[in-house]
Amino acid sequence: MAFKIIASQCTQCGACEFECPRGAVNFKGEKYVIDPTKCNECKGGFDTQQCASVCPVSKTCVPA
Amino acid sequence: MSTPMILRESRTSTTYSDQLLENAKSVGCSPPSTAPGDTDPGTWDKIKNHPCFSEEAHHYFARMHVAVAPACNIQCNYCNRKYDCANESRPGVASEKLTPDQATRKVIAVANEVPQLSVLGIAGPGDACYDWKKTRATIERVAREIPDIRLCISTNGLALPDHVDELAEMNVDHVTITINMVDPSVGAKIYPWIYYGHRRHTGLDAARILHERQMLGLEMLAERGILTKVNSVMIPGVNDEHLIEVNRAVKGRGAFLHNVMPLISNRIHGTYYGLTGQRGPKAFELRALQDRLEGTKMMRHCRQCRADAIGLLGDDRGQEFTLAEIPHEITYDASKRRAYSQLVARERADQLAAKNEAIRTVMSVEYGGSVLIAVATKGGGRINEHFGHAKEFQVYAVSQSGIKLTGHRRVEQYCLGGWGEDATLDHIVNALEGIDILLCVKIGDRPRKLLIQAGVRATDAYAHEYIETALGALYTAECGIEPLAATATA
Repeated sequence: MAFKIIASQCTQCGACEFECPRGAVNFKGEKYVIDPTKCNECKGGFDTQQCASVCPVSKTCVPA
Repeated sequence: MSTPMILRESRTSTTYSDQLLENAKSVGCSPPSTAPGDTDPGTWDKIKNHPCFSEEAHHYFARMHVAVAPACNIQCNYCNRKYDCANESRPGVASEKLTPDQATRKVIAVANEVPQLSVLGIAGPGDACYDWKKTRATIERVAREIPDIRLCISTNGLALPDHVDELAEMNVDHVTITINMVDPSVGAKIYPWIYYGHRRHTGLDAARILHERQMLGLEMLAERGILTKVNSVMIPGVNDEHLIEVNRAVKGRGAFLHNVMPLISNRIHGTYYGLTGQRGPKAFELRALQDRLEGTKMMRHCRQCRADAIGLLGDDRGQEFTLAEIPHEITYDASKRRAYSQLVARERADQLAAKNEAIRTVMSVEYGGSVLIAVATKGGGRINEHFGHAKEFQVYAVSQSGIKLTGHRRVEQYCLGGWGEDATLDHIVNALEGIDILLCVKIGDRPRKLLIQAGVRATDAYAHEYIETALGALYTAECGIEPLAATATA
């Protein structure tokens, strides 16, 4: 289970990159992407996914 | 009056810079700068070349913002983070986001070309304290390259208390906090959510946390002697009356300056307020509120600039310095900035004397009303811009109680390449509603006639004079008194 970023809605502010507790978010090429092998949807660490909690655009960090 | 030649010119051409340098070489040591009446010398030293913290400095000095901090930890109802437009001048908007390295090169390129540059600010487009690593790296790198540049950040305050000590260590001596409320029930109408302590907070809870963090940050800055400006967005029906309480609260915690700005709200910006039809205040409503807060230091010369603005406050040159045009290797050349600051040191003492004399003159008038005068200027505290080239007019209220800058009216340039557009002219005439007199270097017959019909008398009689000198002379003439006689009896 992992989250993904809808690139067309992303403002590329980068907040998710430094909030992600697993370092799963990186800027690749022209957009931010979540590495599905690292993302665990913040299970065990936080009640809510950090990327989705900080993202300024709703429904942009969503379950993959 | 001393030689005003150089400051009359505004655009930074090679000739202009060469002239500057020539002039500076012939100058010996500069006289000590004098603080205007109500400012203590220590504070004056900090604000004298910061265009946002000193109205007087904004005639001479320029700031630049680098958009290195796109991430933000709160959502405001007046902000849409997806929106970007090169022609849009308002906070939170930037055309290109920069890395700290790119930003450093850009600052050097601007410092080499814009002699007025005195301040580097980081104002987002997100939040400078939340996107802290990039803010910090940028400030450190720029300070290494250009040691005498003033450093400044603006923030919503939520992450501010975590970084106040570092700000002090890095010699960031000016901070702006945007504070729109001191009552969480008002805040809940402005902030839909904040991100704090690894979770999203909403409603009263969000507003209460934000408020507490803002007050704490403000107090911490005051304790360390960092000058703080508070920006408040005036939102009619939401926090307009409440800003009086905000003013009291922030002054009590040591804020140096309060800047009440009008909400910018438009459907096309896609903000919550824009989409729900929340209106911004009218110019007279803003002024009335600012007048009620008089007695505390108020900023009246704010242009609500972009997160990547460059130049004097009224003349954004940001688009001249896009990243694509900045070389990969660039070395700082201090000569233009040094020459300019020497020149200003001389010129502004002279201007201050002229200003004080003009204020004495208007205060000596026995009876007279208030006159609203618009001025076309491109810096240096003088009337030195053509009507058709002006991008804005500064507005002064002159009465027996003195001369006060009350704001500005932004316009499109009427004259581009020698001809003027009628539609633009109509817009300018509308923008000048309520103005009694307009002062500029030159104005064509057509605009002059149209303005007369709208009740605005335009004149070029005071071309190149100091603004205050002209205002003093005009006011006494309006009151039917010979300016010289009035001065003599003062």
